This record gives sequence, C-alpha cells and structure tokens, in this order.
Amino acid sequence: MADILFYIFAAMTIGSAVAVVINPNAVNSALAFLVGLLGVSGLFVLLDSFLLAVLMILVYAGAVVALFLFIIMLLDMQGGERKPFSRPTAVAGFIGAALLAVCATSLLQGIGALETAEAGSAIGVGANLKHYADQLFTTYLLPVQVVGFLLLIAMLGVIVLSKKFEGLEDIK
Amino acid sequence: MSVGLTEYLTVAVVLFVIGFVGVLIRKNTLVIYMCLELMLVASTIAFVAFSRFNGTMDGNVFVFFILTVAAAEVAVGLAIIVALFRRRQTVQVEELNALKN
Repeated sequence: MADILFYIFAAMTIGSAVAVVINPNAVNSALAFLVGLLGVSGLFVLLDSFLLAVLMILVYAGAVVALFLFIIMLLDMQGGERKPFSRPTAVAGFIGAALLAVCATSLLQGIGALETAEAGSAIGVGANLKHYADQLFTTYLLPVQVVGFLLLIAMLGVIVLSKKFEGLEDIK
Repeated sequence: MSVGLTEYLTVAVVLFVIGFVGVLIRKNTLVIYMCLELMLVASTIAFVAFSRFNGTMDGNVFVFFILTVAAAEVAVGLAIIVALFRRRQTVQVEELNALKN
C-alpha cells in the first residue's frame, strides 16, 4: 500500500514540476507548483516526518504560493509571450540533460552502497515531536537564533525595498 | 520490490534537474524563482529520506532551517522583483540587459 502511495505521490510531484517548467502562463505554473508541493508533503508523510509535511503545506503551499500568486496579480502579466527555442535555450537544455545524466550515473553507482543503509520497519525518528525539541534547543540552539535574526533582517529588508522614498527619487 | 532510499533519491534528483532546466530555459523572472524553489524542495526530499533511512534526526532539523530560509528568501526576492518591475516595467530576463556591452 505504501509503495503504491509512493509512486502516486512521486508521479504527482514530478508531473507538476514538469508542468511548472513548460507552462507558458505564470499563474498556471504557480498552481502546478502548489500541486507539486502537496505531492512532496505526501512523500514526507510516507517518510514519517509528519511535522515537516504539515509545515510544508503551511509555509510553502500557504504562504509562498499565495505570495507568488499575489505578485503575479500585482504585476499583471498576461500570457508568456514565449519565443521559439533559441540557441541559448537549446544549450541550456543540453546542460540540464547532462546534469541529469551525471546524477543518474552517480546514483546507479551508489545503489549497492545505499541498500546497506536499510531502514527497519520501525517508525522513523522524525515522527516524534519530542526529538525536534531535543535537537532544536540543545545541539542546534545557535542556528535557531541565527535563523530568527535572519527572519527579522529579511522582514526589515522587504520593508525598505518596497517602501517608496520620496527624497531618493531624484538621486536615481 | 519495496520502496527504499534509492527511489526517494531518484525523485529528488529528477525534481532538482527539472528545476535546474526551468531556471535555464524560462524567461519570466517569477517562473525562474519558482523553479529555484523547486530545487530547494528537491534537496529537502533528499534530506528527509537520508534522515529516515539512517535513523538520525539531523536531516529533519536541517529541513526545518531550509523551510525558514526559503520563506525569508521568497519574501526578499519577490520584493526585489517588484522593485525591478517598478523601474523597468518588465520581468522578462531578456529585456533586463542593462549590463550588456
């Protein structure tokens, strides 16, 4: 049952990722991104990381995609006005295919080594919320503080970036 | 055949490469940004899969931080895109060529 669910969620994720890339309309891309995030969240549930699955929905699907849609609406872009494939695009596609080939080769070479790290049928450590608290407030206490400051700085930066300074207009 | 670490890593790799190709071939800055987020999400899948199959907690905690940083990054990046649109009236990358020549 879990295997079937894995393949469903994986197909959902990858299919909507392809839709994000090939869709000429930015709004459709954002909605496909939303579906892909739901698939990723399902994968997290299958990996016993229930908290991260919920956070993925809340933060990404709730906040980030909503912000994207809001900005698309604000900038009012209609259609994609896609041009036919140019030479740089073909080169870019080739580089991407080469990257995929490198990743696939290294993955295939490592399969023998990966099988030894087999998980038992026991439930994963990510399932227990207490483990998060233990780690976040002991080992990772400093990174938590740093990330808190990062959020504060990002908030201040966004305010400065999006505010119109009347006196600065003539300097520009 | 039971689903193991390899299958999850394959999904992560494919998702990362799709995001990378999207960054390279798309012209719209917002869609490029979405593809960047896709690459971040792909790395989180790899983190959680390694964490689950090794029985350690660190991967999960790192995904925690990745989520936080991604949220901050999206806020700042979209503010930059809006500021750019105010000045240049476009978000298509081929029209943003002020540094060319």
